[in-house]
Amino acid sequence: MKNFKFLLIGVLFGIVLSKTEVISWYRIYEMFKFQSFHMYGIIGSAVVLGIVVFYFFNQGKIKNYKGSQIAIEAKEKGFARTIIGGTIFGLGWGLIGACPGPMFILLGRGVFSIVIVIIGALLGALLYHALKKKLPH
Amino acid sequence: MDFILDPWPWYVGGPMIALVMFLLYFYGRKFGVSSNLETICTIGGAGKYMETLNFDWKKKGWNLVFIFGTIIGGFISYQWLSLNETVAINPQTVQDLTELGFANAGQQFLPDEIFSIETMLSLKGFLILIGAGLLVGFGARYAGGCTSGHAITGLSNLELPSFIAVIGFFIGGLIMTWLILPLLF
Repeated sequence: MKNFKFLLIGVLFGIVLSKTEVISWYRIYEMFKFQSFHMYGIIGSAVVLGIVVFYFFNQGKIKNYKGSQIAIEAKEKGFARTIIGGTIFGLGWGLIGACPGPMFILLGRGVFSIVIVIIGALLGALLYHALKKKLPH
Repeated sequence: MDFILDPWPWYVGGPMIALVMFLLYFYGRKFGVSSNLETICTIGGAGKYMETLNFDWKKKGWNLVFIFGTIIGGFISYQWLSLNETVAINPQTVQDLTELGFANAGQQFLPDEIFSIETMLSLKGFLILIGAGLLVGFGARYAGGCTSGHAITGLSNLELPSFIAVIGFFIGGLIMTWLILPLLF
Protein backbone atom coordinates (compact mmCIF):
# COMPACT_ATOMS: atom_id res chain seq x y z
CA MET A 1 0.00 0.00 0.00
CA LYS A 2 2.72 2.48 -0.91
CA ASN A 3 0.04 4.53 -2.60
CA PHE A 4 -1.99 4.97 0.59
CA LYS A 5 -0.47 8.39 1.25
CA PHE A 6 -1.80 9.60 -2.09
CA LEU A 7 -5.27 8.52 -1.02
CA LEU A 8 -4.94 10.71 2.08
CA ILE A 9 -3.59 13.67 0.08
CA GLY A 10 -6.56 13.21 -2.25
CA VAL A 11 -8.99 13.20 0.69
CA LEU A 12 -7.43 16.47 1.89
CA PHE A 13 -7.73 18.00 -1.59
CA GLY A 14 -11.37 16.89 -1.87
CA ILE A 15 -12.26 18.40 1.50
CA VAL A 16 -10.42 21.66 0.75
CA LEU A 17 -12.07 22.23 -2.63
CA SER A 18 -15.43 21.29 -1.16
CA LYS A 19 -15.19 23.51 1.92
CA THR A 20 -13.89 26.51 -0.05
CA GLU A 21 -16.77 26.09 -2.53
CA VAL A 22 -14.36 25.97 -5.46
CA ILE A 23 -16.50 23.11 -6.78
CA SER A 24 -19.70 25.14 -6.70
CA TRP A 25 -20.92 26.24 -10.11
CA TYR A 26 -21.98 29.56 -8.57
CA ARG A 27 -18.42 30.40 -7.53
CA ILE A 28 -17.08 29.86 -11.04
CA TYR A 29 -19.86 31.95 -12.57
CA GLU A 30 -19.16 34.68 -10.01
CA MET A 31 -15.45 34.53 -10.84
CA PHE A 32 -16.01 34.98 -14.58
CA LYS A 33 -18.38 37.86 -13.78
CA PHE A 34 -15.59 39.49 -11.70
CA GLN A 35 -18.04 39.83 -8.82
CA SER A 36 -15.96 38.29 -6.07
CA PHE A 37 -12.35 38.05 -4.96
CA HIS A 38 -12.88 34.54 -3.54
CA MET A 39 -11.62 32.42 -6.47
CA TYR A 40 -8.85 34.87 -7.37
CA GLY A 41 -7.72 34.82 -3.76
CA ILE A 42 -7.59 31.03 -3.73
CA ILE A 43 -5.76 30.59 -7.03
CA GLY A 44 -3.56 33.63 -6.40
CA SER A 45 -2.44 32.62 -2.91
CA ALA A 46 -1.86 29.02 -4.04
CA VAL A 47 0.35 30.28 -6.88
CA VAL A 48 2.29 32.78 -4.73
CA LEU A 49 3.05 30.07 -2.17
CA GLY A 50 3.73 27.64 -5.02
CA ILE A 51 6.36 29.99 -6.45
CA VAL A 52 8.09 30.05 -3.06
CA VAL A 53 7.89 26.26 -2.70
CA PHE A 54 9.21 25.66 -6.23
CA TYR A 55 12.01 28.14 -5.61
CA PHE A 56 13.16 26.01 -2.69
CA PHE A 57 12.72 22.85 -4.76
CA ASN A 58 14.81 24.25 -7.60
CA GLN A 59 17.46 25.56 -5.22
CA GLY A 60 17.64 22.13 -3.64
CA LYS A 61 16.81 23.62 -0.23
CA ILE A 62 13.83 21.29 0.07
CA LYS A 63 14.50 17.70 -0.97
CA ASN A 64 12.02 14.91 -1.47
CA TYR A 65 11.26 12.21 1.10
CA LYS A 66 14.26 10.21 -0.11
CA GLY A 67 16.54 13.20 0.30
CA SER A 68 17.13 13.81 -3.40
CA GLN A 69 16.54 16.88 -5.55
CA ILE A 70 12.96 17.47 -6.70
CA ALA A 71 12.80 17.91 -10.45
CA ILE A 72 9.83 19.70 -11.95
CA GLU A 73 8.92 18.46 -15.37
CA ALA A 74 8.56 21.38 -17.78
CA LYS A 75 5.27 21.77 -19.61
CA GLU A 76 5.30 20.97 -23.30
CA LYS A 77 5.71 24.08 -25.39
CA GLY A 78 3.43 25.21 -28.19
CA PHE A 79 1.38 28.35 -28.69
CA ALA A 80 -1.49 26.84 -30.68
CA ARG A 81 -2.11 23.96 -28.30
CA THR A 82 -2.13 26.10 -25.17
CA ILE A 83 -4.21 29.00 -26.49
CA ILE A 84 -6.74 26.91 -28.46
CA GLY A 85 -6.83 24.03 -25.98
CA GLY A 86 -7.03 26.49 -23.11
CA THR A 87 -9.93 28.37 -24.69
CA ILE A 88 -11.85 25.14 -25.36
CA PHE A 89 -11.23 24.10 -21.77
CA GLY A 90 -12.41 27.51 -20.55
CA LEU A 91 -15.66 27.23 -22.51
CA GLY A 92 -16.41 23.97 -20.74
CA TRP A 93 -15.28 25.28 -17.35
CA GLY A 94 -17.51 28.33 -17.68
CA LEU A 95 -20.47 26.19 -18.71
CA ILE A 96 -20.32 23.43 -16.12
CA GLY A 97 -18.39 25.25 -13.38
CA ALA A 98 -16.15 22.27 -12.75
CA CYS A 99 -12.71 21.34 -13.98
CA PRO A 100 -11.46 17.72 -13.80
CA GLY A 101 -10.68 17.64 -10.05
CA PRO A 102 -14.01 19.09 -8.92
CA MET A 103 -15.89 16.66 -11.19
CA PHE A 104 -14.70 13.77 -9.06
CA ILE A 105 -15.24 15.63 -5.78
CA LEU A 106 -18.82 16.40 -6.82
CA LEU A 107 -19.26 12.70 -7.51
CA GLY A 108 -18.30 12.10 -3.87
CA ARG A 109 -20.94 14.60 -2.82
CA GLY A 110 -23.51 12.44 -4.53
CA VAL A 111 -24.20 14.68 -7.53
CA PHE A 112 -25.44 12.04 -9.94
CA SER A 113 -25.57 14.19 -13.08
CA ILE A 114 -21.82 14.80 -12.88
CA VAL A 115 -21.40 11.23 -14.14
CA ILE A 116 -22.53 12.47 -17.55
CA VAL A 117 -19.96 15.27 -17.40
CA ILE A 118 -17.19 12.82 -16.48
CA ILE A 119 -18.19 10.54 -19.37
CA GLY A 120 -18.07 13.60 -21.63
CA ALA A 121 -14.60 14.50 -20.32
CA LEU A 122 -13.34 10.96 -20.97
CA LEU A 123 -14.75 11.08 -24.49
CA GLY A 124 -13.11 14.49 -24.93
CA ALA A 125 -9.70 13.14 -23.93
CA LEU A 126 -10.23 10.21 -26.27
CA LEU A 127 -11.26 12.51 -29.11
CA TYR A 128 -8.13 14.59 -28.57
CA HIS A 129 -5.94 11.54 -29.00
CA ALA A 130 -7.89 10.46 -32.07
CA LEU A 131 -7.29 13.88 -33.68
CA LYS A 132 -3.87 14.60 -32.18
CA LYS A 133 -1.88 14.22 -35.38
CA LYS A 134 -4.18 16.54 -37.30
CA LEU A 135 -4.23 19.36 -34.75
CA PRO A 136 -1.77 22.26 -34.66
CA HIS A 137 0.45 22.16 -31.56
CA MET B 1 -16.15 23.52 15.41
CA ASP B 2 -17.85 26.32 13.50
CA PHE B 3 -14.64 27.33 11.77
CA ILE B 4 -14.55 23.87 10.20
CA LEU B 5 -18.27 23.58 9.49
CA ASP B 6 -18.61 27.04 7.96
CA PRO B 7 -17.29 27.56 4.42
CA TRP B 8 -13.53 28.14 4.45
CA PRO B 9 -12.15 31.53 3.32
CA TRP B 10 -9.82 31.93 0.36
CA TYR B 11 -6.76 32.45 2.54
CA VAL B 12 -7.22 28.96 3.96
CA GLY B 13 -8.05 27.33 0.62
CA GLY B 14 -5.14 28.69 -1.41
CA PRO B 15 -2.41 27.68 1.07
CA MET B 16 -4.02 24.24 1.51
CA ILE B 17 -3.93 23.70 -2.26
CA ALA B 18 -0.26 24.70 -2.23
CA LEU B 19 0.23 22.17 0.59
CA VAL B 20 -1.37 19.42 -1.52
CA MET B 21 0.96 20.30 -4.40
CA PHE B 22 3.94 20.34 -2.03
CA LEU B 23 3.08 16.91 -0.63
CA LEU B 24 2.71 15.38 -4.09
CA TYR B 25 6.13 16.67 -5.17
CA PHE B 26 7.66 15.77 -1.83
CA TYR B 27 6.56 12.20 -2.39
CA GLY B 28 8.09 12.18 -5.86
CA ARG B 29 5.00 12.77 -7.95
CA LYS B 30 3.31 15.77 -9.55
CA PHE B 31 0.09 17.74 -9.37
CA GLY B 32 -2.12 17.26 -12.41
CA VAL B 33 -5.64 15.91 -12.42
CA SER B 34 -6.62 15.82 -16.08
CA SER B 35 -4.01 13.23 -17.11
CA ASN B 36 -6.18 10.78 -15.16
CA LEU B 37 -8.71 11.09 -17.97
CA GLU B 38 -6.16 9.56 -20.34
CA THR B 39 -5.20 6.91 -17.81
CA ILE B 40 -8.83 5.83 -17.48
CA CYS B 41 -9.15 5.68 -21.30
CA THR B 42 -6.05 3.49 -21.40
CA ILE B 43 -7.40 1.15 -18.74
CA GLY B 44 -10.57 0.95 -20.82
CA GLY B 45 -8.48 -0.40 -23.71
CA ALA B 46 -8.05 2.74 -25.84
CA GLY B 47 -4.35 1.93 -26.26
CA LYS B 48 -5.24 -0.70 -28.83
CA TYR B 49 -6.58 1.98 -31.13
CA MET B 50 -4.44 4.99 -30.30
CA GLU B 51 -0.73 4.62 -29.83
CA THR B 52 -0.47 7.79 -27.72
CA LEU B 53 -2.76 6.10 -25.21
CA ASN B 54 -0.75 2.89 -25.24
CA PHE B 55 1.27 3.28 -22.04
CA ASP B 56 1.76 1.37 -18.84
CA TRP B 57 -1.07 2.85 -16.78
CA LYS B 58 0.15 1.19 -13.58
CA LYS B 59 2.87 3.84 -13.37
CA LYS B 60 0.10 6.39 -13.04
CA GLY B 61 -1.86 4.35 -10.54
CA TRP B 62 -0.91 6.71 -7.71
CA ASN B 63 -2.81 9.52 -9.46
CA LEU B 64 -5.94 7.38 -9.72
CA VAL B 65 -5.60 6.64 -6.01
CA PHE B 66 -5.32 10.40 -5.45
CA ILE B 67 -8.50 10.98 -7.45
CA PHE B 68 -10.26 8.24 -5.54
CA GLY B 69 -9.23 10.09 -2.38
CA THR B 70 -10.83 13.29 -3.67
CA ILE B 71 -14.11 11.42 -4.12
CA ILE B 72 -13.90 10.30 -0.49
CA GLY B 73 -12.99 13.86 0.53
CA GLY B 74 -16.10 15.17 -1.23
CA PHE B 75 -18.20 12.56 0.56
CA ILE B 76 -16.72 13.37 3.98
CA SER B 77 -17.21 17.11 3.61
CA TYR B 78 -20.77 16.64 2.39
CA GLN B 79 -21.75 14.18 5.12
CA TRP B 80 -19.99 15.55 8.18
CA LEU B 81 -18.30 18.87 7.60
CA SER B 82 -21.08 21.13 6.34
CA LEU B 83 -23.92 22.89 8.14
CA ASN B 84 -25.88 23.73 5.04
CA GLU B 85 -25.60 23.88 1.28
CA THR B 86 -25.81 27.61 0.69
CA VAL B 87 -23.07 29.48 -1.16
CA ALA B 88 -22.68 33.13 -0.14
CA ILE B 89 -22.21 34.63 -3.60
CA ASN B 90 -22.37 38.34 -4.37
CA PRO B 91 -25.99 39.68 -4.34
CA GLN B 92 -25.27 41.13 -7.78
CA THR B 93 -24.43 37.60 -9.01
CA VAL B 94 -27.72 36.35 -7.56
CA GLN B 95 -29.57 39.13 -9.38
CA ASP B 96 -27.76 38.44 -12.67
CA LEU B 97 -28.62 34.75 -12.37
CA THR B 98 -32.24 35.50 -11.53
CA GLU B 99 -32.45 37.54 -14.72
CA LEU B 100 -31.03 34.58 -16.64
CA GLY B 101 -33.78 32.40 -15.18
CA PHE B 102 -31.84 30.67 -12.40
CA ALA B 103 -34.08 30.35 -9.34
CA ASN B 104 -32.70 30.48 -5.77
CA ALA B 105 -29.11 31.18 -6.82
CA GLY B 106 -26.73 30.47 -3.97
CA GLN B 107 -29.42 28.87 -1.80
CA GLN B 108 -28.07 25.44 -2.72
CA PHE B 109 -24.63 24.16 -3.70
CA LEU B 110 -25.37 23.74 -7.42
CA PRO B 111 -28.12 25.10 -9.68
CA ASP B 112 -30.97 22.68 -10.47
CA GLU B 113 -31.14 24.33 -13.89
CA ILE B 114 -27.96 22.41 -14.80
CA PHE B 115 -27.50 19.58 -12.31
CA SER B 116 -30.90 18.25 -11.22
CA ILE B 117 -31.93 14.77 -12.33
CA GLU B 118 -34.89 16.30 -14.13
CA THR B 119 -32.60 18.58 -16.14
CA MET B 120 -30.27 15.67 -16.88
CA LEU B 121 -33.15 13.70 -18.36
CA SER B 122 -34.13 16.54 -20.71
CA LEU B 123 -32.45 16.72 -24.11
CA LYS B 124 -31.03 20.20 -23.58
CA GLY B 125 -29.86 19.39 -20.06
CA PHE B 126 -28.16 16.21 -21.17
CA LEU B 127 -26.43 17.94 -24.08
CA ILE B 128 -25.13 20.66 -21.77
CA LEU B 129 -23.69 18.10 -19.34
CA ILE B 130 -22.04 15.90 -21.96
CA GLY B 131 -21.00 18.86 -24.13
CA ALA B 132 -19.34 20.68 -21.25
CA GLY B 133 -17.54 17.48 -20.29
CA LEU B 134 -16.31 17.06 -23.86
CA LEU B 135 -14.98 20.62 -23.95
CA VAL B 136 -13.21 20.26 -20.61
CA GLY B 137 -11.68 16.86 -21.42
CA PHE B 138 -10.64 17.74 -24.97
CA GLY B 139 -9.39 21.21 -24.04
CA ALA B 140 -7.42 20.07 -21.02
CA ARG B 141 -5.55 17.37 -22.91
CA TYR B 142 -4.98 19.57 -25.96
CA ALA B 143 -3.61 22.34 -23.73
CA GLY B 144 -1.55 19.79 -21.80
CA GLY B 145 -3.16 20.41 -18.43
CA CYS B 146 -6.08 21.84 -16.51
CA THR B 147 -6.40 24.15 -13.53
CA SER B 148 -4.12 22.00 -11.36
CA GLY B 149 -1.40 21.35 -13.93
CA HIS B 150 -1.33 24.74 -15.65
CA ALA B 151 -2.97 27.37 -13.42
CA ILE B 152 -1.48 26.15 -10.13
CA THR B 153 1.64 24.11 -10.95
CA GLY B 154 2.69 25.73 -14.22
CA LEU B 155 2.25 29.29 -12.98
CA SER B 156 4.10 28.40 -9.77
CA ASN B 157 6.97 27.21 -11.95
CA LEU B 158 6.72 30.41 -14.02
CA GLU B 159 6.18 28.53 -17.25
CA LEU B 160 5.19 30.41 -20.39
CA PRO B 161 2.98 27.60 -21.82
CA SER B 162 0.95 27.63 -18.60
CA PHE B 163 0.61 31.40 -18.70
CA ILE B 164 -0.78 31.17 -22.24
CA ALA B 165 -3.06 28.27 -21.27
CA VAL B 166 -4.50 30.23 -18.34
CA ILE B 167 -5.18 33.19 -20.65
CA GLY B 168 -7.02 30.66 -22.85
CA PHE B 169 -8.99 29.36 -19.83
CA PHE B 170 -10.17 32.91 -19.22
CA ILE B 171 -10.94 33.70 -22.85
CA GLY B 172 -13.12 30.59 -22.98
CA GLY B 173 -14.71 31.15 -19.57
CA LEU B 174 -15.51 34.79 -20.30
CA ILE B 175 -17.01 33.98 -23.72
CA MET B 176 -19.16 31.28 -22.11
CA THR B 177 -20.28 33.36 -19.13
CA TRP B 178 -20.92 36.66 -20.90
CA LEU B 179 -22.00 35.58 -24.39
CA ILE B 180 -23.13 31.95 -24.54
CA LEU B 181 -24.86 31.34 -21.19
CA PRO B 182 -27.35 34.18 -21.88
CA LEU B 183 -28.23 32.41 -25.15
CA LEU B 184 -28.57 28.99 -23.49
CA PHE B 185 -30.73 30.14 -20.56
